[in-house]
Amino acid sequence: MAERQLLRGNEVIAEAAIRAGCQCYFAYPITPQAELLEHMARNMPRLGRTFIQAESEVAAINMVYGAASAGVRTMTSSSSPGISLKMEGISYIAGSNLPAVIVNVVRGGPGLGNIAPSQCDYFQATKGGGHGDYHMIVLAPSTVPEAAVLTTLAFDLADLYRTPVMILADGLLGQMLEPVELPDPIDPASLPRKPWATTGAVGRDPNIILSFDLGPENLKRMNETLQTKYREIRAREIRYEETDVADADLVIAAYGSTARIAKSAVRMARAEGLKVGLFRPITVWPFPYDALRAVADHVSTVLTVEMSAGQMWEDVRLAVAERAATPFYGEMGGVVPTPRNILDEVRKHAR
Amino acid sequence: MPVDVARMTKVFERPKSLTEARYTYCPGCHHGIITRIIGQTIDELGIAERTVGIAPVGCSVFAYLWYRCDAVQVAHGRASAVATGLKRAKPELIVFSYQGDGDFASIGTAESLHAANRGENITVIFVNNQIYGMTGGEMAPTTLVHQKTTTTPDGRDPATCGYPIRFSEIIATLDAPVYVTRQALYDTRRIQDCTRAVKKAFQNQVDGKGYSLVEILSTCPTNWRMSPTKANEHVANVVTQVFPLGDLVDRG
Amino acid sequence: MPRGTIVIDAERCKGCGLCIAACPQKVLAFSGTLNASGYDVARMENPEACVGCTFCALTCPDIAITVYREKKSA
Repeated sequence: MAERQLLRGNEVIAEAAIRAGCQCYFAYPITPQAELLEHMARNMPRLGRTFIQAESEVAAINMVYGAASAGVRTMTSSSSPGISLKMEGISYIAGSNLPAVIVNVVRGGPGLGNIAPSQCDYFQATKGGGHGDYHMIVLAPSTVPEAAVLTTLAFDLADLYRTPVMILADGLLGQMLEPVELPDPIDPASLPRKPWATTGAVGRDPNIILSFDLGPENLKRMNETLQTKYREIRAREIRYEETDVADADLVIAAYGSTARIAKSAVRMARAEGLKVGLFRPITVWPFPYDALRAVADHVSTVLTVEMSAGQMWEDVRLAVAERAATPFYGEMGGVVPTPRNILDEVRKHAR
Repeated sequence: MPVDVARMTKVFERPKSLTEARYTYCPGCHHGIITRIIGQTIDELGIAERTVGIAPVGCSVFAYLWYRCDAVQVAHGRASAVATGLKRAKPELIVFSYQGDGDFASIGTAESLHAANRGENITVIFVNNQIYGMTGGEMAPTTLVHQKTTTTPDGRDPATCGYPIRFSEIIATLDAPVYVTRQALYDTRRIQDCTRAVKKAFQNQVDGKGYSLVEILSTCPTNWRMSPTKANEHVANVVTQVFPLGDLVDRG
Repeated sequence: MPRGTIVIDAERCKGCGLCIAACPQKVLAFSGTLNASGYDVARMENPEACVGCTFCALTCPDIAITVYREKKSA
């Protein structure tokens, strides 16, 4: 069994990536994910792996594009403004069917915003962000130990589906110290083969990696291939957690750090005799619409709580489809809701 | 009297590492000559099976079709960053990027400069034809002063558009690059010089020496509104006055 | 002077004329014949003068020219 250590979220994501076989890491410094970059700077070179502090986020994501083309596991990380710069590259990575992992330790926005925790990049992460009809798989850890597990999963899913996978964290998770059991390092020999990679055309026709075709019919086919992949991902990879949902009358829908705070609010509400539960999407793309709809069938209220103006709220309302009331409570600008704040909201709506 | 070629020696043919695909370039465009020089170099060095070419955005967007080697098509300006990722991931590969002036010296300024500054062990072919060909003849960073383009219809005015960037000279100020040179193709002697330069730039990478850049002054007869032969004369007589030929760095 | 000749792939030729200008022996000229793409294809107008120097092929952007040279007699 792996050792238990007290570690910061950012370092855990970095170390889990190393143990998942991340061979090349490229990034540009930004708060609040700098510890991730610094962990990689300390550890990747001594393992004979590649660390580059890139000249920009744009360069970093394109280095990822190159390393992914060469068939190695590769990652970049940043925080909101930097992720905006990566959007061009992410679109190319998705369009070229390349596996890559992108970490967003979300901070307050828009613009320069601030460096406090936020969930205001949900739309950007789940609805596109870059140009074109593409999606990333988006994994939203709620605790530091889960960040380790989902980092491993991110690399596996990226390779399995040849797609970019985002770990959508926030400043709270990135900075938080928690006891964590790190996963064992994977055996590099166990990694999937990548016969499509540009590793030199030895005894085969050249491999060409592109997201480009001038012919509308051809580009339509390329898009259909992507959409087929997204249907498979929707069918197989949806993940969520339900807490005290079975007998609940009000369910809080929250993800990431907010879900963890909401869990405390659920305990406090239960202590008061309120029948409250928590529905926590772990994949925010694909979103667990069907599972949440099933919950909505037997509750009166689904209360969305986010550190945003109401972004996941749109998916919640799509899922609930007017089967229950869908009030919203959000904080913005880096203000983190307390369990007490959430409990107050619950009391407004609970019967 | 017809000649029987079967009784003769073939002294020039299509390089083996090029495909049979016909170029999408306009008549007289130098891109085709450069492609042939790269193909010949790959043949001579015997590196086709470990070469990965990087196709940019611009007239040479289809560059991945021309070579019998692996290739990656990339975003406008990002070729040097993608080359960095590829080469660091698999150092045994021979990675070359093929970039126009807009790609290399405008939208890709940061990626181009910093890949050079890190001394990435890659080969960059920088095609400088002083215009944006594919989009319809707009101003490039290298457009000459007073040169008319579709976005400088009265000629490039340095007061508002600045001057043509000598990007190779900028890169030559860096400590890391091993080889930085500017070549041209306006006559057979320049073509032969350029062929030697390209070969050296690839050989440097094979030898693990580091970053090599070959800037090639090229023509765009279509958007320059000149015949291919006039365009060659323009490079020889005018363009080389602004962009002098020769080696800027040779630490090989 | 060695004797040479060239074979022009007429369908690849784009009629740019660079080979005509590059030939030191003034072997080449426009043929006046259009290929399938509508380009006036270059041809050997003065084949006897060809020495197989390869200048035309070096300058041809479309690699439409293959060059041959007489084998040295024993």
